[in-house]
Amino acid sequence: MRDFISTRAHAIPHSGIRKFFDLIETMDGVISLGVGEPDFMTPWNISEASIYSIEQGSTSYTSNKGTPQLRTAISDYLSSRFGLDYHPEDEIIITSGVSEAQDIAIRAVVDPGDEVLVAEPCYVAYGPCITLAGGVPVPVPCTERDEFRVTADALTERITPRTKAIILNFPNNPTGGVMGRSDYEAIADVIVDRDLLLISDEVYAELTYEGSHFAAATLDALRDRTITLNGFSKAFAMTGWRIGYLCAPPELCDAALKIHQYVMLCAPVMGQAAAYQALRNAEADKDNMVREYRMRRNLFVRGLNRVGLPCHLPSGAFYAFPSIKDTGMTDFEFSEALLKEQRVAVVPGSVFGESGAGHIRCSYAVSRENLKTALSRIEEFMSDIK
Amino acid sequence: MDEKDLLLLHLLEENSQITTQELAVMVGVEEEEAGGRIRRMEESRIIRKYTTIIDWERAGNGEVSAIIELKVNPERDFGYDRIAERIARFRQVRSVRLITGIYDIQLVVTGRSMGEIARFVSEQIAPMDRIRETATHIIMKSYKENGHIFFERGEPERLPYSL
Repeated sequence: MRDFISTRAHAIPHSGIRKFFDLIETMDGVISLGVGEPDFMTPWNISEASIYSIEQGSTSYTSNKGTPQLRTAISDYLSSRFGLDYHPEDEIIITSGVSEAQDIAIRAVVDPGDEVLVAEPCYVAYGPCITLAGGVPVPVPCTERDEFRVTADALTERITPRTKAIILNFPNNPTGGVMGRSDYEAIADVIVDRDLLLISDEVYAELTYEGSHFAAATLDALRDRTITLNGFSKAFAMTGWRIGYLCAPPELCDAALKIHQYVMLCAPVMGQAAAYQALRNAEADKDNMVREYRMRRNLFVRGLNRVGLPCHLPSGAFYAFPSIKDTGMTDFEFSEALLKEQRVAVVPGSVFGESGAGHIRCSYAVSRENLKTALSRIEEFMSDIK
Repeated sequence: MDEKDLLLLHLLEENSQITTQELAVMVGVEEEEAGGRIRRMEESRIIRKYTTIIDWERAGNGEVSAIIELKVNPERDFGYDRIAERIARFRQVRSVRLITGIYDIQLVVTGRSMGEIARFVSEQIAPMDRIRETATHIIMKSYKENGHIFFERGEPERLPYSL
């Protein structure tokens, strides 16, 4: 029998942490800092609104773009919260999570052979989605020295005549780094000069702890060449609902919509009902969660530095990204040993790209109790390996 | 009062036994400053008391509680204050609130038995001057008190890893 698997499917790797999954299955009492999702349950009024909508019989397809009600609410929210200006009629598509949004964004713009710059370390899905679209992912390393921001120099160095787009994700998974207005201004010239498209994944926008989130598309120079991605998973503890959205100027939006309508048809209707409620009545819940993350961040990052894992104070998302270089171990060795010996699960930084090597990603979307226990276990681990 | 004071209050309300050291780290101030802020809020009586939320039903001390609503004629110059303060002095009265709606004042009253509460209301509260009407609601079960849920709820399962 011949090999039925496509070249492209062959070309994408398995997730780098599969063996940790297998390992953890055999262990008890593990504290996992490996999870990229809030530990809170979805605020009850959001769940309740969705349950009610099901009881009312709202269980059918919606418009491909998503319900007009939710698109309008998102348009208003983006405008009042971040100063973004997207029209609900032809510039917003509700997607099945930001995962789908980034896929259709990439497929809408990438032709075979196109190079797409990806600011690294980054979320693991960008590269494979680019590959699946026939494009070539080109990492742009962001370093600790720049607090994991992307710089104009790093960008310029990697641009070729085939470069078409750049993907940014700030606040960043896995580093917790953020970009402010001046950081975007610094790279906007390059983006405009070299006529690139920006795909800006801002799903952690609400989880910004110092100052407020800066949305890339609020820069006039970038507005018409930016696809903004966002969603409800992180801000409202709604990962399982799978509701995200893509915002872009009408032409780009329409191209993405064609793909969305063939591969997804529409995002789940009960999720859309929940998301609508989230925007209407869950601001206080969201603020409380953000407040809690901020305190946990302070608690955890200070603890990491104290036990000998140097870590900058991340300004966004819910990840700490300490360096483990001083231990002389690789990030994979460190993570495996920490899991086996002290039953604390973290994610090796190189999973998020080569520039993440020598770091580990620790999620602090974990109860304070567990964070404290994890810290004391890490402390023990550190003194054992000295 | 600033953002940091409010954070300290939230943390203390959630767990009054939290250490000053931990409070300081989470709020992002030195331990000494956290202590100073708390002391100032104690002195200005923003922090009233450190107490405990108890599920008395589970403790099984046999006490019963009731919500009592009162219609009250307010007093010239004093409104509801004097009568409310008078009612608040009874040991049996756990809380006193001025409310909007059909009734004016709402009490939570605790006693050893329904009989004791009935006697207390009919002999001590109802006959007071200016009280026109009372309504007594026996509390049958508490599901949530002071933001704390009393019924058990299993933890949903989470994946150990996600990206």
